[in-house]
Amino acid sequence: MRRRILPGFGLSLGYALTYLGLIVLLPLVALAWKASGIGVGGMLHLLSSPRTLAALKLSFGGAILAAIINVCFGLLVAWVLVRYRFPGRRLFDALVDLPFALPTAVAGIALTALYAPNGWLGHWLKHYGIQIAYAPPGVILAMVFVGFPFVVRTLQPVLESLDRDVEEAAESLGASHAQTFFRVILPMLVPTLLTGFALALARAVGEYGSVIFIAGNIPMRSEIAPLLIVEKLEEFDYAGAAALGTVMLIASFALLILIAVLQRWSGRWAEQLQ
Amino acid sequence: MNRPRRRPHWSRRIGHVLLVLAATAFLTIFLALPLAVVFVEAFRQGLRAYLSAIGQHEALMAIRLTLLVAAISVPLNVVFGVAAAWAMARFEFRGKALLGAFIDLPFSVSPVISGLVYVLLFGAQGWFGRWLELHDVKIIFAIPGLVLATIFITLPFVARELIPLMQSQGSDEEEAARVLGAGGWQMFFRVTLPNIRWALLYGVLLCNARAMGEFGAVSVVSGHIRGLTTTMPLEVEMLYNEYNYVGAFAVATLLALLALATLSIKALLEWRYGDEIAAHAPGGH
Amino acid sequence: MTLELSHLSRRFTDYPALDDVSLVIAPGEFLALLGPSGSGKTTLLRILAGLDYPDAGTVQLDGDDFLAAQAHKRKVGLVFQHYALFRHLTVAENVAFGLRVRSRKARPSRAQIAERVQQLLKRVQLDDHGHRYPSQLSGGQRQRVALARALAVEPDLLLLDEPFGALDAQVRVTLRRWLRELHEDLQLTTVFVTHDQEEALELADRIAVMNRGRIEQVGSPEVIYRQPATPFVCEFIGKVNKIPLTYANQRLSAGEWVLEGHPWNGRHANVVAYVRPEHLSLGGTDTQPGWTARLRHVYLAGSVAHLELYVPSIDQTLEADVAGEDVARLGLQSGAELRVAPRNAIVFTLSEQAGETSAEGRWVWQA
Repeated sequence: MRRRILPGFGLSLGYALTYLGLIVLLPLVALAWKASGIGVGGMLHLLSSPRTLAALKLSFGGAILAAIINVCFGLLVAWVLVRYRFPGRRLFDALVDLPFALPTAVAGIALTALYAPNGWLGHWLKHYGIQIAYAPPGVILAMVFVGFPFVVRTLQPVLESLDRDVEEAAESLGASHAQTFFRVILPMLVPTLLTGFALALARAVGEYGSVIFIAGNIPMRSEIAPLLIVEKLEEFDYAGAAALGTVMLIASFALLILIAVLQRWSGRWAEQLQ
Repeated sequence: MNRPRRRPHWSRRIGHVLLVLAATAFLTIFLALPLAVVFVEAFRQGLRAYLSAIGQHEALMAIRLTLLVAAISVPLNVVFGVAAAWAMARFEFRGKALLGAFIDLPFSVSPVISGLVYVLLFGAQGWFGRWLELHDVKIIFAIPGLVLATIFITLPFVARELIPLMQSQGSDEEEAARVLGAGGWQMFFRVTLPNIRWALLYGVLLCNARAMGEFGAVSVVSGHIRGLTTTMPLEVEMLYNEYNYVGAFAVATLLALLALATLSIKALLEWRYGDEIAAHAPGGH
Repeated sequence: MTLELSHLSRRFTDYPALDDVSLVIAPGEFLALLGPSGSGKTTLLRILAGLDYPDAGTVQLDGDDFLAAQAHKRKVGLVFQHYALFRHLTVAENVAFGLRVRSRKARPSRAQIAERVQQLLKRVQLDDHGHRYPSQLSGGQRQRVALARALAVEPDLLLLDEPFGALDAQVRVTLRRWLRELHEDLQLTTVFVTHDQEEALELADRIAVMNRGRIEQVGSPEVIYRQPATPFVCEFIGKVNKIPLTYANQRLSAGEWVLEGHPWNGRHANVVAYVRPEHLSLGGTDTQPGWTARLRHVYLAGSVAHLELYVPSIDQTLEADVAGEDVARLGLQSGAELRVAPRNAIVFTLSEQAGETSAEGRWVWQA
């Protein structure tokens, strides 16, 4: 047995493992246990019910759409914040973190107040026949809001470390600005954009607080999967809630692994670039 | 990076201006406007209505409960975070990567599930439900449940902040302290802790903001008992659902101010002690 | 206090950092552990400091098990390569650290600590820098703070890990001299690790040359330089010409250079001779064993001239050092043809096993 040089290995690891076991692992085991109680048949029955399917479709489909929107706007905002100097840049930069810091319930009622048919922006959009709140677009809007900082904050350090020489080389070879961006810069950003996409997606899939206010929660139309879990709990259908929760948990794990793989890939990519 | 750049062509400069305008317009409409609407709605019926909404007994109780929950869960997660970071950053052991993944786990779980798991464990039909009922211990629909759910949600914040920093700092100073005769705790309090203090504060800041603002997880375990198990975000929801918009937005302003204070201190810490705070990816549900 | 290291081995996952190392460190000695990076010298130092443990072997201090004591009980002073100063403490607080963490009984009073710190800072010539933070100091100053901090606990053994590694050339020279004087003053047993042979030769009483986790040779700088025990020591210490020899008719030779009277019988496939540049004589007669060479370059470096000589018969370029005035006396110019003769050489027979070359026989040849 090798001796450890610094003290406290047993104490710190033991404490961390016990704490993690009690707070995180034991409850998750309880979830899986409860979910397994309804059996495969019960699980399939639950998942094939139209209402569940619609909710899962909205949660995952909406999250994917929101993540795509976030990649586009996130790239724009990160690019502008890194490359250009303009008055208020620091303030705007700090503002990017707002969705992290603002409690989701506050974000939810604020977005609803803005986009409801009688809201600040909603009554104006109504003239053009656009409805956002109490409909799927509202769900997506809230998902974009909560996922937005992930893309920007993942992109920023990478954009800052990009070597300007490559761009200048491209331009000296006769590439236009657009060609330089699309053929030189964008390909270098692909792994980072994918990581940001996956992070924003993971966040949006499970989002609850900011969505339920603006969604209107109309079954089959604007009801998200986490809300369905809450409703099952309120009906004391614990097994159903646990089964749906397990499905979402497995999806999150898959995303987590995907993110880890992407981050490793973009790390290697970044090394190659240097 | 620092070489002087030539002045770009005018057409390109217009392009820059347009890009900056597009980005700032997006940030303004999408992020600043929701923040503004909170305050405007709260003061829609004047200062007096605002103050009376905040002065409501239920609102005050919600504030008290929020502070209590944060005051319990944040210190617990600080101790966990420091212990986990010490083990992860200073020792090699089998399963280290797995431990890191488990520490991050609560960030990738839907908040609703974070609450749900405790209901399944301690609820009336849960694993320990019967035993708890027999011994007259209430966890779900009571404060312990709120605390547990909050701990789960905010568990990674401190650890995630400390691990990369401690890894990059290396253990030279701690080894020096040992060779100079310092005992384990002396080394920890005199060398380790001072070296991580700003990152620790940063982690505590984010952990606290989340603990006070958490909605989904606590909503599942709270039972929404007015004045007893409603934290501020839950109070916001209840007032809103009762169409008491001024009340809802009034309590929301307090949470928004918390967010603004968090962001300001965060920016201050990053600006002043940037190199003593590890570069980090954002996280959290 | 005599420190006796015997049969120390330490494996890291992919390579042996120490491989059966034995060494005795005498009281008051100034010992250098010299070797290239990865030779195990830092591992050895960290084992002495209690920051690493061997997989096998013992370290005894006057007969007591030294490894049984943990780092904080060993009373050693260690100066880290990058100093490891506490960045949140001032210079004075850094120096005082080892005294302040003592148990209440063993701890000197505040005033005593302050006095001792002042005294040490004076010794390292930083008495007016006590209130500064490490980040406000130059590299050489940080090094001296690290030394004062290590000395504050009055250690029985002082360990220095590449003490001048991170400093620029001029500061190095000054600090080296200063450290030598300090050692003469304190007579403290000191072990330092370095990859710089010049540093080891100038400072140490004794040098242990390390390579691949083994000690190749231990001895005074004089012995190490003049009588290197292994090919590695020959090549690592000082400049040297490596000349492969051929074996024919019971004789070893390289071109016209023939070495008579070697101690080996039988055939040796792989024999090399090492000749130091200053052991090559120029302008000798044809009767002396040696070569005809063409002078390619002359580099005049003050009192010494470095010559680059091409020897056609062995198709090799040799380096020779001669006194600067000889260059003028002999009228040496590039392109000139001249006789070169080794005065002495160290000859090794080598054997190759599993891709590793090791010396089997050693013979000191003299003209």
